[in-house]
Amino acid sequence: MSQPIRVLLAKVGLDGHDRGVKVVARTLRDAGMDVIYSGLHRTPEEVVTAAIQEDVDVLGVSLLSGVQLTVFPKIFQLLSERGANDLIVVAGGVMPDEDVVALKELGVREVMLQDTPPNAIVAMLERLVAERGAR
Amino acid sequence: MSMSEILTLANLDDDVRHWEENEVAAFLKKQKERKEQFFTLGDFPVKRVYTAADVATTPVEDIGLPGRYPFTRGPYPTMYRSRNWTMRQIAGFGTGEDTNKRFKYLIAQGQTGISTDFDMPTLMGYDSDHPMSDGEVGREGVAIDTLADMEALFDGIDLEKISVSMTINPSAWILLAMYIALAEKRGYDLDKLSGTVQADILKEYMAQKEYIYPIAPSVRIVRDCITYCASNMKRYNPINISGYHISEAGSSPLDEVAFTLANLIVYVEEVLKTGMKVDDFAPRLAFFFVCQADFFEEIAKFRAVRRCYAKIMKERFGATNPESMRLRFHCQTAAASLTKPQFMVNVVRTALQALSAVLGGCQSLHTNGFDEAFAIPTEEAMRLALRTQQVIAEESNVTQVIDPVGGSYYVETLTTDYEKRIMDILAEVDARGGTIKLIQEGWFQKRVADFAYETALRKQSGEKPVIGVNSMVEHDEVHEIELHPYDHTTAERQVARTQRIRRERDNAKVDALLDRLVEVAKDESQNIMPVTIELVREGATMGDIVEKLKTIWGVYRETPVF
Repeated sequence: MSQPIRVLLAKVGLDGHDRGVKVVARTLRDAGMDVIYSGLHRTPEEVVTAAIQEDVDVLGVSLLSGVQLTVFPKIFQLLSERGANDLIVVAGGVMPDEDVVALKELGVREVMLQDTPPNAIVAMLERLVAERGAR
Repeated sequence: MSMSEILTLANLDDDVRHWEENEVAAFLKKQKERKEQFFTLGDFPVKRVYTAADVATTPVEDIGLPGRYPFTRGPYPTMYRSRNWTMRQIAGFGTGEDTNKRFKYLIAQGQTGISTDFDMPTLMGYDSDHPMSDGEVGREGVAIDTLADMEALFDGIDLEKISVSMTINPSAWILLAMYIALAEKRGYDLDKLSGTVQADILKEYMAQKEYIYPIAPSVRIVRDCITYCASNMKRYNPINISGYHISEAGSSPLDEVAFTLANLIVYVEEVLKTGMKVDDFAPRLAFFFVCQADFFEEIAKFRAVRRCYAKIMKERFGATNPESMRLRFHCQTAAASLTKPQFMVNVVRTALQALSAVLGGCQSLHTNGFDEAFAIPTEEAMRLALRTQQVIAEESNVTQVIDPVGGSYYVETLTTDYEKRIMDILAEVDARGGTIKLIQEGWFQKRVADFAYETALRKQSGEKPVIGVNSMVEHDEVHEIELHPYDHTTAERQVARTQRIRRERDNAKVDALLDRLVEVAKDESQNIMPVTIELVREGATMGDIVEKLKTIWGVYRETPVF
C-alpha cells in the first residue's frame, strides 16, 4: 500500500475507560498506520469535525459506558450533513450482542469487542479500506 | 538464626541441588516441562519448587502474627473466626428508587454491606439535564443530582446498622455532604455511621480517568474529606485508596499495589500539612484492590501490601498507634477477566478470584456477575455472585484458620519479593520527583498502557490462555442470556425531580452559599465540607456546585500516552 491508512480513534461522552482504545492505537501505529487519538470526553461534533479535518480513512469510536445507541446515530447524522458518508466507521467496547446488530444497521462497519485480537483489528481495517478503494 | 538451623538450611540447598541433578534431570529426559521458564501473571519468575531455604531471608517477625505489626498475616488477631468479611455487592442503576429496590433485594439475600455505583454524569459532576448527560442518566449506575435523590436511594435502610460504600471520586465530597445531610435529617449520630467514600482522585489521573479539576485543588478536596471525617465521623472511612482501577486499566499486579501506596503517601503528606497528627486520621484510611487470576500471586500481593503499609506508616510517617499501621481492604474480582464467549465460565473464574481475596485476608468483597462482559448485572447474576461468597464463607471451612497459606514456602517468598519490588518502585517515584510530577509526565499512565498492550499480545499469541477466547473455543456460539434492561423513562423521571427541586428551593440562599463556597475554595486553610453540606441541604444540585468551582479552578485535560 502506498499511502498509510489514516485512523482517528475517539472516546465520546463521559466514559473514561481507555485501556482498549490505547491498545488499538498502539497496534495500528505499529502496523504502520497514521493514528490520531482524540483523548477522552469528546462530543460527536468534535469527533466528526476532527475526522473530516484530518482526512482520515477510518473513524473508530470506543465506548464502554453503554451509550452506543445514543452516540452513533448522532455521528452518522453529522457525517451525512457534512457529506462525509464515505468515512469508514468502526466501533469498539463492551456491549450486548443486540447492540452490535443495531450498530451495523446504522452503518458501523465492524464492532471490535473486548476479546478481538490486535492482529485481527489490523486485518479488518486493511480489508475495509481496500474494499472502499482509492478516494 | 541458630547454628543448627543454618546447617539444616545448607543441607537443604545441597538436597535441592542433588534432587535437580538426579530425580528432576532423569524425569526431564523422559518428559520436558511445558515451558522453559514459568512466570506469574505479573511477570515474577517462578521456580520449580520452594523450600525453607527460600524463606530463610525473610525475618520471622516480618511474617509475624495476625493483628500484630507488620500485619502480613491479617489486620486483626481473629479475622474470620470472629466475623466474616462484609459481603458487599455493588449496585446502581436508574433513579434512587430503582437502586433502593436492588439494595433491599440484596440485603434480603444475605448481603451484609451496601455498595453504590453512580452513573457517569454523577461521577463526573454533571446534573442529569446537562447536555453531556444525554443517554447516560441512570445507565451504568444510579443518578444523583440532589439530596432528594439520596433520600430515595436509602429509603427504609437504617444507616446506623449497615455500612455503605460509595464509589465516586472527583465529585465525592458532594455525595459525602449529601450523605451527612441525610443522616442529620434522620437524626442519626454521625459517629455511628460506618462506610466508605472512594474519593481517591490520584488513581483517576493514573488510570480510571474520572476527573474534573486540576490535580492540586482535587487533592485539597480529598484532604478536606479526610480531616472532616476524622473530626466528625469516627467510624467512617473518608477514602478508599484504590489499586483496582489501575489493574483493570491494564497494569501489572505489582504496579497496582505500588502505585496505590504512592498515592497514599501524597494524601498522608497533604493531611499532615494541616497540622493533624498521623494517628488522628490514619486508622480510617481504607484500601481497595482487585483479585486477578493468578491465585497465589494475588494472595502474596495482599500480604505484601499490608507489610509495606505498616512499614511506611511507622517508619516514614512516625505512626505510633498500631491501628494506623494495619491495612484494611475491600476486594473485587477482576471485571476485565470476564468473557462473553462461554459466559458461565465467569462464575468459576470469579469463585477462584474470590477465594484468593479471602485467603489474602480481605475485609469486604464484591464478586462480579457472570453477565458483566455484556452489560451491568441482572438480579439473578448478582444473586449467584453473592452465593459464591456464601459458599466460601459457610461451606469451605477456609475461614476457620487465619492466613492458612502463611508459611507456604512459595507464598512467603513471593510476598517478600513483592515487598522489595514495591519499595523499589516507591523509591524510584521519590527519586523522580514524586507522584504528582510523574502523573503530569504520564509516567504511571505509560507503564499501565505498556502492560495492557503486553497482555493483549499475550492473549493473541495464546501465551496467556483465556478459556473460550483463545483456548477451548466454541465456534458459532450463540449467547442465550437475559440482560439488565435500561429503562428509557429514567432520564425523564430523574430530570423531573431535579427541576422540581430547583423550582422549590430558595434560590437567593443557594446563590449566597455558592459565593461562600468560592471564598472557602480560594482559602486553602478552610475545609470545603461544611459549606457543601449547607448547600445540598438547601437544594443545590451537584452541577451547581461543580460548575461554580470550575469558574475558579478550571478543568483538567490529560495528554494521552500509549
